[in-house]
Amino acid sequence: MSDSPRKVPPLQEIVLPEAEGRARLKKATRRSFLGVAAAAGGVALAWRWLTSSPLVDDVRAPLRSALRFNERLSRAAFSRGRLAPTFPRERAQDPRANGTEGLDDEDFDPAAWRLAVDGLAAGSASLGLAELQSFPKTEMVTELKCIEGWSTVVQWGGVRFADFATRFPPPTPSGKPFDLAARPQDVPEYVSMETPDGDYFVGLDSDSALHPQTLLAWEMNGAPLSEEHGAPLRLVIPVKYGIKNIKRIGRIEWQDRRPKDFWAELGYDWYAGH
Amino acid sequence: METPDPAAPAAPASERFIRIERKHPLAIRWFHWVNIPLLATMIGSGLLIYWSNGVYRLGIGGWTLFHFFPAWFYRVFNLDHRLAEGMAWHFAFMWLFALNGVAFVLYTAISGEWRYLVPSRQSWLDAWQVVLHDLGIRKAPLPRQKFNAAQQITYTAIIVMGALSLLTGLAIYRPVQLSWLTTLLGGYQAARFEHFWLAMGFCAFFVVHIAQVVRAGWNNFRSMVAGVEVVDEPKETKP
Repeated sequence: MSDSPRKVPPLQEIVLPEAEGRARLKKATRRSFLGVAAAAGGVALAWRWLTSSPLVDDVRAPLRSALRFNERLSRAAFSRGRLAPTFPRERAQDPRANGTEGLDDEDFDPAAWRLAVDGLAAGSASLGLAELQSFPKTEMVTELKCIEGWSTVVQWGGVRFADFATRFPPPTPSGKPFDLAARPQDVPEYVSMETPDGDYFVGLDSDSALHPQTLLAWEMNGAPLSEEHGAPLRLVIPVKYGIKNIKRIGRIEWQDRRPKDFWAELGYDWYAGH
Repeated sequence: METPDPAAPAAPASERFIRIERKHPLAIRWFHWVNIPLLATMIGSGLLIYWSNGVYRLGIGGWTLFHFFPAWFYRVFNLDHRLAEGMAWHFAFMWLFALNGVAFVLYTAISGEWRYLVPSRQSWLDAWQVVLHDLGIRKAPLPRQKFNAAQQITYTAIIVMGALSLLTGLAIYRPVQLSWLTTLLGGYQAARFEHFWLAMGFCAFFVVHIAQVVRAGWNNFRSMVAGVEVVDEPKETKP
Protein backbone atom coordinates (compact mmCIF):
# COMPACT_ATOMS: atom_id res chain seq x y z
CA MET A 1 0.00 0.00 0.00
CA SER A 2 1.87 3.01 -1.30
CA ASP A 3 0.04 5.71 0.62
CA SER A 4 0.29 3.87 3.91
CA PRO A 5 2.15 5.98 6.47
CA ARG A 6 3.73 2.83 7.88
CA LYS A 7 6.73 1.20 6.23
CA VAL A 8 5.90 -2.46 5.76
CA PRO A 9 9.20 -4.34 5.62
CA PRO A 10 9.84 -6.29 2.41
CA LEU A 11 9.05 -9.97 2.26
CA GLN A 12 12.03 -12.25 2.75
CA GLU A 13 12.54 -14.32 -0.33
CA ILE A 14 15.22 -16.63 -1.58
CA VAL A 15 15.69 -17.67 -5.19
CA LEU A 16 17.18 -21.10 -5.80
CA PRO A 17 17.65 -23.48 -8.69
CA GLU A 18 14.53 -25.60 -8.75
CA ALA A 19 16.14 -28.90 -7.71
CA GLU A 20 17.92 -27.35 -4.75
CA GLY A 21 14.85 -25.33 -3.78
CA ARG A 22 12.61 -28.38 -3.86
CA ALA A 23 15.10 -30.36 -1.76
CA ARG A 24 15.28 -27.60 0.83
CA LEU A 25 11.51 -27.29 0.96
CA LYS A 26 11.15 -31.00 1.43
CA LYS A 27 13.66 -31.01 4.26
CA ALA A 28 12.06 -28.03 6.04
CA THR A 29 8.61 -29.55 5.62
CA ARG A 30 9.63 -32.95 6.94
CA ARG A 31 11.46 -31.45 9.91
CA SER A 32 8.53 -29.21 10.86
CA PHE A 33 5.92 -31.89 10.58
CA LEU A 34 8.05 -34.15 12.75
CA GLY A 35 8.17 -31.29 15.25
CA VAL A 36 4.39 -30.94 15.10
CA ALA A 37 3.96 -34.68 15.59
CA ALA A 38 6.29 -34.60 18.62
CA ALA A 39 4.41 -31.63 20.09
CA ALA A 40 1.05 -33.33 19.51
CA GLY A 41 2.42 -36.42 21.24
CA GLY A 42 3.52 -34.25 24.15
CA VAL A 43 0.06 -32.71 24.41
CA ALA A 44 -1.52 -36.19 24.35
CA LEU A 45 0.80 -37.39 27.13
CA ALA A 46 0.13 -34.27 29.23
CA TRP A 47 -3.59 -34.80 28.74
CA ARG A 48 -3.35 -38.41 29.88
CA TRP A 49 -1.26 -37.48 32.88
CA LEU A 50 -3.72 -34.77 33.91
CA THR A 51 -6.90 -36.78 33.40
CA SER A 52 -5.53 -39.79 35.25
CA SER A 53 -4.01 -37.95 38.24
CA PRO A 54 -5.53 -38.76 41.62
CA LEU A 55 -8.60 -36.85 42.72
CA VAL A 56 -8.21 -34.40 45.60
CA ASP A 57 -11.69 -33.57 46.91
CA ASP A 58 -13.13 -34.62 43.55
CA VAL A 59 -10.76 -32.53 41.41
CA ARG A 60 -7.64 -33.81 39.60
CA ALA A 61 -4.62 -33.05 41.79
CA PRO A 62 -2.86 -30.65 39.36
CA LEU A 63 -6.06 -28.65 38.90
CA ARG A 64 -6.61 -28.55 42.67
CA SER A 65 -3.07 -27.18 42.99
CA ALA A 66 -3.91 -24.50 40.42
CA LEU A 67 -7.00 -23.53 42.45
CA ARG A 68 -4.84 -23.30 45.59
CA PHE A 69 -2.29 -21.20 43.70
CA ASN A 70 -5.04 -18.83 42.56
CA GLU A 71 -6.29 -18.68 46.14
CA ARG A 72 -2.88 -17.71 47.54
CA LEU A 73 -2.59 -14.99 44.92
CA SER A 74 -6.13 -13.73 45.53
CA ARG A 75 -5.70 -13.69 49.31
CA ALA A 76 -2.40 -11.83 49.03
CA ALA A 77 -4.07 -9.19 46.83
CA PHE A 78 -7.32 -9.06 48.83
CA SER A 79 -8.33 -5.75 50.35
CA ARG A 80 -11.23 -5.28 52.75
CA GLY A 81 -11.37 -1.70 51.51
CA ARG A 82 -12.71 -2.80 48.12
CA LEU A 83 -16.48 -3.01 48.32
CA ALA A 84 -19.04 -4.89 46.28
CA PRO A 85 -21.18 -2.51 44.22
CA THR A 86 -24.45 -1.54 45.93
CA PHE A 87 -27.76 -0.88 44.23
CA PRO A 88 -30.92 1.20 44.77
CA ARG A 89 -33.52 -0.52 46.94
CA GLU A 90 -35.99 -0.74 44.00
CA ARG A 91 -33.67 -3.12 42.17
CA ALA A 92 -33.96 -5.75 44.92
CA GLN A 93 -35.72 -9.03 44.15
CA ASP A 94 -36.21 -12.37 45.85
CA PRO A 95 -33.41 -14.74 44.86
CA ARG A 96 -33.96 -18.36 43.93
CA ALA A 97 -33.72 -20.49 47.11
CA ASN A 98 -31.57 -23.09 45.33
CA GLY A 99 -30.54 -25.80 47.75
CA THR A 100 -31.88 -27.17 51.01
CA GLU A 101 -28.72 -28.85 52.34
CA GLY A 102 -28.71 -28.40 56.11
CA LEU A 103 -32.36 -27.24 56.14
CA ASP A 104 -34.01 -30.64 56.04
CA ASP A 105 -34.36 -31.27 59.80
CA GLU A 106 -38.13 -31.43 60.31
CA ASP A 107 -37.82 -31.06 64.08
CA PHE A 108 -35.98 -27.74 63.80
CA ASP A 109 -37.64 -25.15 66.04
CA PRO A 110 -36.75 -21.56 65.11
CA ALA A 111 -38.10 -20.30 68.43
CA ALA A 112 -35.66 -22.46 70.38
CA TRP A 113 -32.73 -21.62 68.07
CA ARG A 114 -29.52 -20.27 69.58
CA LEU A 115 -26.23 -19.43 67.91
CA ALA A 116 -23.20 -21.25 69.32
CA VAL A 117 -19.85 -19.50 68.94
CA ASP A 118 -16.58 -21.29 69.66
CA GLY A 119 -12.92 -20.45 69.46
CA LEU A 120 -13.39 -17.03 71.08
CA ALA A 121 -10.86 -15.28 73.30
CA ALA A 122 -13.32 -16.02 76.12
CA GLY A 123 -13.91 -19.60 74.96
CA SER A 124 -17.50 -20.12 73.89
CA ALA A 125 -20.72 -18.15 73.77
CA SER A 126 -24.39 -18.78 73.02
CA LEU A 127 -26.75 -16.08 71.76
CA GLY A 128 -30.44 -15.80 70.93
CA LEU A 129 -31.76 -13.80 67.98
CA ALA A 130 -32.96 -10.94 70.22
CA GLU A 131 -29.43 -10.40 71.50
CA LEU A 132 -28.03 -10.32 67.95
CA GLN A 133 -30.72 -7.85 66.95
CA SER A 134 -29.68 -5.53 69.76
CA PHE A 135 -26.37 -4.96 67.93
CA PRO A 136 -26.04 -2.05 65.46
CA LYS A 137 -27.99 -3.07 62.37
CA THR A 138 -26.51 -2.74 58.89
CA GLU A 139 -28.60 -2.72 55.73
CA MET A 140 -27.27 -3.08 52.22
CA VAL A 141 -28.42 -3.90 48.70
CA THR A 142 -25.90 -6.14 46.97
CA GLU A 143 -25.76 -8.73 44.23
CA LEU A 144 -26.01 -12.36 45.32
CA LYS A 145 -23.91 -14.28 42.77
CA CYS A 146 -24.60 -17.98 42.43
CA ILE A 147 -21.72 -20.18 41.31
CA GLU A 148 -24.08 -21.41 38.57
CA GLY A 149 -23.79 -18.02 36.89
CA TRP A 150 -27.00 -16.19 37.74
CA SER A 151 -27.20 -13.30 40.16
CA THR A 152 -29.92 -11.34 41.95
CA VAL A 153 -29.86 -7.96 43.61
CA VAL A 154 -31.11 -8.38 47.20
CA GLN A 155 -31.59 -6.10 50.17
CA TRP A 156 -30.22 -7.52 53.42
CA GLY A 157 -30.40 -6.49 57.07
CA GLY A 158 -28.29 -7.80 59.91
CA VAL A 159 -25.16 -7.25 61.93
CA ARG A 160 -21.75 -6.97 60.35
CA PHE A 161 -19.64 -9.99 61.20
CA ALA A 162 -16.84 -7.50 61.96
CA ASP A 163 -19.08 -5.72 64.50
CA PHE A 164 -20.06 -9.07 65.96
CA ALA A 165 -16.37 -9.97 66.27
CA THR A 166 -15.74 -6.72 68.11
CA ARG A 167 -18.37 -7.72 70.72
CA PHE A 168 -17.29 -11.36 70.81
CA PRO A 169 -13.59 -11.13 69.96
CA PRO A 170 -11.48 -14.02 68.73
CA PRO A 171 -8.15 -14.77 70.41
CA THR A 172 -5.21 -12.77 69.02
CA PRO A 173 -1.94 -14.52 68.18
CA SER A 174 -0.08 -11.45 69.50
CA GLY A 175 -1.95 -11.49 72.81
CA LYS A 176 -2.98 -7.85 72.37
CA PRO A 177 -6.67 -6.89 72.52
CA PHE A 178 -8.60 -7.63 69.30
CA ASP A 179 -8.17 -4.82 66.81
CA LEU A 180 -10.03 -4.96 63.51
CA ALA A 181 -7.55 -2.54 61.94
CA ALA A 182 -4.42 -4.48 62.93
CA ARG A 183 -2.12 -5.21 59.94
CA PRO A 184 -1.18 -7.94 59.45
CA GLN A 185 -4.47 -9.05 60.92
CA ASP A 186 -4.21 -10.39 64.42
CA VAL A 187 -6.85 -13.14 64.45
CA PRO A 188 -7.02 -16.88 63.73
CA GLU A 189 -6.72 -17.53 60.00
CA TYR A 190 -10.14 -19.10 59.43
CA VAL A 191 -13.78 -19.04 60.42
CA SER A 192 -15.98 -22.12 60.15
CA MET A 193 -19.79 -22.03 60.07
CA GLU A 194 -22.30 -24.87 60.01
CA THR A 195 -26.03 -25.54 60.18
CA PRO A 196 -27.51 -26.84 63.48
CA ASP A 197 -27.67 -30.38 62.06
CA GLY A 198 -24.11 -30.12 60.71
CA ASP A 199 -25.23 -31.14 57.21
CA TYR A 200 -24.05 -27.93 55.56
CA PHE A 201 -20.80 -26.22 56.44
CA VAL A 202 -18.56 -23.54 54.99
CA GLY A 203 -14.98 -22.46 55.59
CA LEU A 204 -13.95 -18.83 55.28
CA ASP A 205 -10.63 -17.02 55.35
CA SER A 206 -10.93 -14.48 58.16
CA ASP A 207 -10.08 -11.56 55.86
CA SER A 208 -13.24 -12.27 53.86
CA ALA A 209 -15.27 -12.90 57.03
CA LEU A 210 -14.21 -9.50 58.42
CA HIS A 211 -14.97 -7.65 55.14
CA PRO A 212 -17.29 -4.73 55.99
CA GLN A 213 -20.08 -6.17 53.79
CA THR A 214 -20.12 -9.58 55.46
CA LEU A 215 -23.38 -9.76 57.45
CA LEU A 216 -25.05 -12.13 59.87
CA ALA A 217 -28.45 -11.40 58.39
CA TRP A 218 -31.99 -11.94 59.70
CA GLU A 219 -33.77 -9.77 57.14
CA MET A 220 -34.20 -10.06 53.37
CA ASN A 221 -35.94 -7.44 51.21
CA GLY A 222 -37.43 -5.78 54.30
CA ALA A 223 -38.97 -8.92 55.82
CA PRO A 224 -37.66 -11.48 58.31
CA LEU A 225 -35.87 -14.33 56.56
CA SER A 226 -38.15 -17.10 55.34
CA GLU A 227 -37.23 -20.64 56.23
CA GLU A 228 -36.05 -21.50 52.70
CA HIS A 229 -33.77 -18.47 52.74
CA GLY A 230 -32.18 -19.44 56.04
CA ALA A 231 -34.28 -18.26 59.02
CA PRO A 232 -33.49 -17.31 61.65
CA LEU A 233 -29.92 -16.25 60.74
CA ARG A 234 -27.85 -16.63 57.60
CA LEU A 235 -24.55 -15.40 56.28
CA VAL A 236 -24.41 -12.80 53.51
CA ILE A 237 -20.92 -12.46 52.12
CA PRO A 238 -20.71 -10.59 48.79
CA VAL A 239 -16.97 -11.33 48.47
CA LYS A 240 -17.90 -15.00 47.94
CA TYR A 241 -20.15 -17.04 45.66
CA GLY A 242 -23.62 -17.91 46.95
CA ILE A 243 -22.43 -21.35 48.13
CA LYS A 244 -20.57 -19.66 51.02
CA ASN A 245 -23.65 -17.66 52.06
CA ILE A 246 -24.72 -20.36 54.51
CA LYS A 247 -28.36 -20.43 55.65
CA ARG A 248 -29.61 -21.25 59.16
CA ILE A 249 -26.27 -20.85 60.93
CA GLY A 250 -26.09 -23.02 64.06
CA ARG A 251 -22.44 -22.71 65.00
CA ILE A 252 -19.53 -20.39 64.27
CA GLU A 253 -15.96 -21.20 65.18
CA TRP A 254 -12.69 -19.29 64.82
CA GLN A 255 -9.89 -21.70 64.02
CA ASP A 256 -6.30 -21.87 62.80
CA ARG A 257 -6.75 -24.97 60.67
CA ARG A 258 -8.51 -24.76 57.34
CA PRO A 259 -12.18 -25.64 57.90
CA LYS A 260 -13.95 -28.26 55.81
CA ASP A 261 -16.34 -26.91 53.23
CA PHE A 262 -19.40 -28.66 51.79
CA TRP A 263 -18.95 -27.76 48.11
CA ALA A 264 -15.15 -27.79 48.19
CA GLU A 265 -15.39 -31.49 49.07
CA LEU A 266 -17.47 -31.96 45.92
CA GLY A 267 -14.93 -30.51 43.52
CA TYR A 268 -15.41 -26.76 43.88
CA ASP A 269 -12.79 -24.17 44.74
CA TRP A 270 -12.45 -23.86 48.51
CA TYR A 271 -11.83 -20.12 48.31
CA ALA A 272 -14.70 -19.31 45.89
CA GLY A 273 -13.92 -15.63 46.38
CA HIS A 274 -14.85 -12.49 44.54
CA MET B 1 16.61 -10.98 -1.90
CA GLU B 2 19.35 -13.57 -2.25
CA THR B 3 20.73 -14.43 -5.62
CA PRO B 4 22.78 -17.51 -6.39
CA ASP B 5 26.47 -17.13 -5.58
CA PRO B 6 28.05 -15.32 -8.54
CA ALA B 7 31.28 -17.28 -8.00
CA ALA B 8 29.46 -20.54 -8.63
CA PRO B 9 29.66 -21.93 -12.13
CA ALA B 10 27.02 -20.36 -14.32
CA ALA B 11 23.81 -22.29 -14.35
CA PRO B 12 22.96 -23.94 -17.59
CA ALA B 13 20.67 -21.78 -19.66
CA SER B 14 17.84 -24.24 -19.30
CA GLU B 15 17.93 -24.34 -15.48
CA ARG B 16 14.72 -23.28 -13.80
CA PHE B 17 14.52 -21.25 -10.61
CA ILE B 18 12.11 -21.32 -7.70
CA ARG B 19 11.23 -18.42 -5.42
CA ILE B 20 10.65 -19.29 -1.78
CA GLU B 21 9.33 -16.87 0.81
CA ARG B 22 10.37 -17.16 4.43
CA LYS B 23 6.87 -16.36 5.65
CA HIS B 24 6.11 -17.15 9.28
CA PRO B 25 8.83 -16.95 11.96
CA LEU B 26 9.23 -20.03 14.15
CA ALA B 27 7.99 -18.22 17.28
CA ILE B 28 4.73 -17.19 15.64
CA ARG B 29 4.13 -20.69 14.34
CA TRP B 30 4.57 -22.05 17.88
CA PHE B 31 2.27 -19.45 19.46
CA HIS B 32 -0.32 -20.25 16.80
CA TRP B 33 -0.32 -24.03 17.23
CA VAL B 34 0.05 -23.99 21.03
CA ASN B 35 -2.98 -21.74 21.17
CA ILE B 36 -5.21 -24.38 19.58
CA PRO B 37 -5.31 -26.89 22.48
CA LEU B 38 -5.35 -23.99 24.96
CA LEU B 39 -8.28 -22.19 23.37
CA ALA B 40 -10.10 -25.50 22.88
CA THR B 41 -9.67 -26.25 26.60
CA MET B 42 -10.89 -22.78 27.56
CA ILE B 43 -13.98 -23.02 25.34
CA GLY B 44 -14.70 -26.62 26.35
CA SER B 45 -14.44 -25.92 30.07
CA GLY B 46 -16.35 -22.68 29.47
CA LEU B 47 -19.24 -24.73 28.07
CA LEU B 48 -19.17 -26.95 31.19
CA ILE B 49 -19.59 -23.77 33.25
CA TYR B 50 -22.12 -22.12 30.96
CA TRP B 51 -24.39 -25.19 31.07
CA SER B 52 -25.46 -24.45 34.65
CA ASN B 53 -27.00 -21.14 33.60
CA GLY B 54 -27.43 -21.38 29.83
CA VAL B 55 -29.66 -18.39 29.30
CA TYR B 56 -28.45 -16.72 26.10
CA ARG B 57 -30.25 -16.88 22.79
CA LEU B 58 -30.59 -15.25 19.41
CA GLY B 59 -34.05 -13.79 19.04
CA ILE B 60 -36.35 -10.83 19.48
CA GLY B 61 -38.95 -10.56 22.23
CA GLY B 62 -40.71 -13.89 22.63
CA TRP B 63 -39.36 -15.22 19.34
CA THR B 64 -36.19 -17.29 19.56
CA LEU B 65 -34.14 -18.20 16.53
CA PHE B 66 -31.58 -20.25 18.44
CA HIS B 67 -31.12 -21.01 22.12
CA PHE B 68 -27.54 -21.46 23.37
CA PHE B 69 -27.70 -24.39 23.75
CA PRO B 70 -30.43 -26.99 23.18
CA ALA B 71 -30.41 -29.97 25.54
CA TRP B 72 -29.26 -32.36 22.82
CA PHE B 73 -26.06 -30.31 22.36
CA TYR B 74 -24.94 -30.90 25.96
CA ARG B 75 -25.99 -34.54 25.78
CA VAL B 76 -24.17 -35.29 22.53
CA PHE B 77 -20.93 -33.68 23.71
CA ASN B 78 -21.31 -34.86 27.34
CA LEU B 79 -21.20 -31.32 28.76
CA ASP B 80 -23.94 -31.43 31.40
CA HIS B 81 -23.58 -31.59 35.21
CA ARG B 82 -19.86 -30.86 35.15
CA LEU B 83 -19.73 -27.31 36.56
CA ALA B 84 -17.07 -27.92 39.24
CA GLU B 85 -14.84 -29.74 36.77
CA GLY B 86 -15.29 -26.96 34.22
CA MET B 87 -14.29 -24.28 36.71
CA ALA B 88 -11.17 -26.16 37.78
CA TRP B 89 -9.98 -26.57 34.18
CA HIS B 90 -10.92 -23.01 33.25
CA PHE B 91 -9.07 -21.39 36.18
CA ALA B 92 -5.96 -23.52 35.64
CA PHE B 93 -5.68 -23.15 31.86
CA MET B 94 -6.49 -19.43 31.91
CA TRP B 95 -2.86 -18.86 32.93
CA LEU B 96 -1.44 -20.76 29.95
CA PHE B 97 -3.88 -19.13 27.54
CA ALA B 98 -2.98 -15.67 28.87
CA LEU B 99 0.77 -16.38 28.84
CA ASN B 100 0.71 -17.61 25.25
CA GLY B 101 -1.28 -14.56 24.17
CA VAL B 102 0.99 -12.11 25.98
CA ALA B 103 4.08 -13.84 24.54
CA PHE B 104 2.63 -13.54 21.03
CA VAL B 105 1.88 -9.84 21.43
CA LEU B 106 5.32 -9.13 22.92
CA TYR B 107 7.05 -11.06 20.15
CA THR B 108 5.19 -9.35 17.33
CA ALA B 109 5.75 -5.96 18.94
CA ILE B 110 9.49 -6.41 19.49
CA SER B 111 10.33 -8.28 16.28
CA GLY B 112 8.49 -5.75 14.10
CA GLU B 113 6.27 -8.53 12.76
CA TRP B 114 3.29 -6.37 13.79
CA ARG B 115 3.93 -4.23 10.69
CA TYR B 116 2.59 -7.04 8.50
CA LEU B 117 -0.33 -7.73 10.80
CA VAL B 118 -1.84 -4.53 12.11
CA PRO B 119 -4.23 -2.93 9.64
CA SER B 120 -3.54 0.58 8.36
CA ARG B 121 -6.19 3.09 7.38
CA GLN B 122 -5.92 1.79 3.82
CA SER B 123 -6.71 -1.78 4.95
CA TRP B 124 -10.29 -0.86 5.70
CA LEU B 125 -10.77 0.13 2.03
CA ASP B 126 -8.74 -2.75 0.61
CA ALA B 127 -10.58 -5.33 2.69
CA TRP B 128 -13.61 -4.91 0.39
CA GLN B 129 -11.46 -5.85 -2.58
CA VAL B 130 -10.43 -9.01 -0.72
CA VAL B 131 -14.06 -9.88 -0.02
CA LEU B 132 -15.01 -9.27 -3.67
CA HIS B 133 -12.02 -11.37 -4.76
CA ASP B 134 -12.90 -14.23 -2.41
CA LEU B 135 -16.48 -14.19 -3.68
CA GLY B 136 -15.21 -14.43 -7.24
CA ILE B 137 -16.55 -11.01 -8.23
CA ARG B 138 -13.19 -9.30 -8.56
CA LYS B 139 -11.16 -11.16 -11.18
CA ALA B 140 -7.83 -9.32 -10.93
CA PRO B 141 -5.31 -10.79 -8.47
CA LEU B 142 -4.81 -9.08 -5.14
CA PRO B 143 -1.57 -7.19 -4.48
CA ARG B 144 1.00 -9.52 -2.94
CA GLN B 145 1.39 -9.00 0.81
CA LYS B 146 2.16 -11.35 3.66
CA PHE B 147 -1.34 -10.72 5.00
CA ASN B 148 -4.02 -9.14 2.85
CA ALA B 149 -6.18 -6.34 4.20
CA ALA B 150 -8.97 -8.65 5.35
CA GLN B 151 -6.48 -10.91 7.09
CA GLN B 152 -4.87 -7.93 8.83
CA ILE B 153 -8.22 -6.81 10.18
CA THR B 154 -9.35 -10.30 11.20
CA TYR B 155 -6.11 -11.46 12.81
CA THR B 156 -5.75 -8.22 14.73
CA ALA B 157 -9.41 -8.40 15.81
CA ILE B 158 -8.81 -11.94 17.12
CA ILE B 159 -5.96 -10.69 19.31
CA VAL B 160 -8.15 -7.85 20.61
CA MET B 161 -10.89 -10.41 21.30
CA GLY B 162 -8.40 -12.53 23.23
CA ALA B 163 -7.49 -9.53 25.37
CA LEU B 164 -11.19 -8.76 25.92
CA SER B 165 -11.79 -12.38 26.91
CA LEU B 166 -9.14 -12.04 29.59
CA LEU B 167 -10.61 -8.75 30.84
CA THR B 168 -14.26 -9.88 30.85
CA GLY B 169 -13.12 -13.15 32.43
CA LEU B 170 -11.29 -11.32 35.21
CA ALA B 171 -14.37 -9.14 35.74
CA ILE B 172 -16.49 -12.24 36.38
CA TYR B 173 -13.77 -14.04 38.33
CA ARG B 174 -13.16 -11.30 40.93
CA PRO B 175 -16.11 -8.91 40.57
CA VAL B 176 -15.64 -7.30 44.00
CA GLN B 177 -11.87 -6.93 44.19
CA LEU B 178 -11.91 -5.75 40.56
CA SER B 179 -15.28 -4.01 40.74
CA TRP B 180 -13.91 -1.01 38.79
CA LEU B 181 -13.35 -3.34 35.83
CA THR B 182 -16.70 -5.11 36.24
CA THR B 183 -18.49 -1.76 36.41
CA LEU B 184 -16.57 -0.49 33.39
CA LEU B 185 -17.78 -3.52 31.40
CA GLY B 186 -21.39 -2.83 32.37
CA GLY B 187 -21.72 -4.96 35.50
CA TYR B 188 -21.42 -8.62 36.48
CA GLN B 189 -24.09 -10.02 34.16
CA ALA B 190 -23.00 -7.81 31.26
CA ALA B 191 -19.41 -9.05 31.63
CA ARG B 192 -20.65 -12.66 31.59
CA PHE B 193 -22.69 -11.92 28.47
CA GLU B 194 -19.67 -10.33 26.74
CA HIS B 195 -17.41 -13.20 27.78
CA PHE B 196 -19.85 -15.69 26.23
CA TRP B 197 -20.19 -13.87 22.91
CA LEU B 198 -16.44 -13.48 22.62
CA ALA B 199 -16.19 -17.26 22.93
CA MET B 200 -18.84 -17.65 20.22
CA GLY B 201 -16.81 -15.19 18.15
CA PHE B 202 -13.76 -17.46 18.40
CA CYS B 203 -15.90 -20.38 17.22
CA ALA B 204 -17.19 -18.37 14.24
CA PHE B 205 -13.64 -17.29 13.40
CA PHE B 206 -12.53 -20.91 13.56
CA VAL B 207 -15.10 -22.02 10.98
CA VAL B 208 -14.24 -19.25 8.49
CA HIS B 209 -10.49 -19.63 9.11
CA ILE B 210 -10.56 -23.38 8.40
CA ALA B 211 -12.61 -22.82 5.23
CA GLN B 212 -10.14 -20.19 4.01
CA VAL B 213 -7.14 -22.39 4.81
CA VAL B 214 -8.70 -25.26 2.85
CA ARG B 215 -9.36 -22.89 -0.07
CA ALA B 216 -5.86 -21.47 0.00
CA GLY B 217 -4.37 -24.94 -0.25
CA TRP B 218 -1.30 -26.87 0.74
CA ASN B 219 1.40 -24.31 -0.06
CA ASN B 220 -0.20 -21.78 2.28
CA PHE B 221 -0.91 -24.34 5.01
CA ARG B 222 2.68 -25.58 4.89
CA SER B 223 3.92 -22.04 5.50
CA MET B 224 2.23 -22.07 8.93
CA VAL B 225 4.01 -25.32 9.77
CA ALA B 226 7.37 -25.14 8.00
CA GLY B 227 7.54 -21.37 7.68
CA VAL B 228 8.30 -21.35 3.95
CA GLU B 229 6.02 -20.84 0.98
CA VAL B 230 6.68 -21.17 -2.73
CA VAL B 231 5.98 -17.76 -4.23
CA ASP B 232 5.35 -18.86 -7.81
CA GLU B 233 5.90 -21.90 -9.93
CA PRO B 234 9.34 -22.36 -11.46
CA LYS B 235 10.18 -20.35 -14.53
CA GLU B 236 12.73 -20.90 -17.23
CA THR B 237 14.53 -17.69 -16.39
CA LYS B 238 15.66 -16.06 -13.21
CA PRO B 239 12.74 -14.15 -11.82
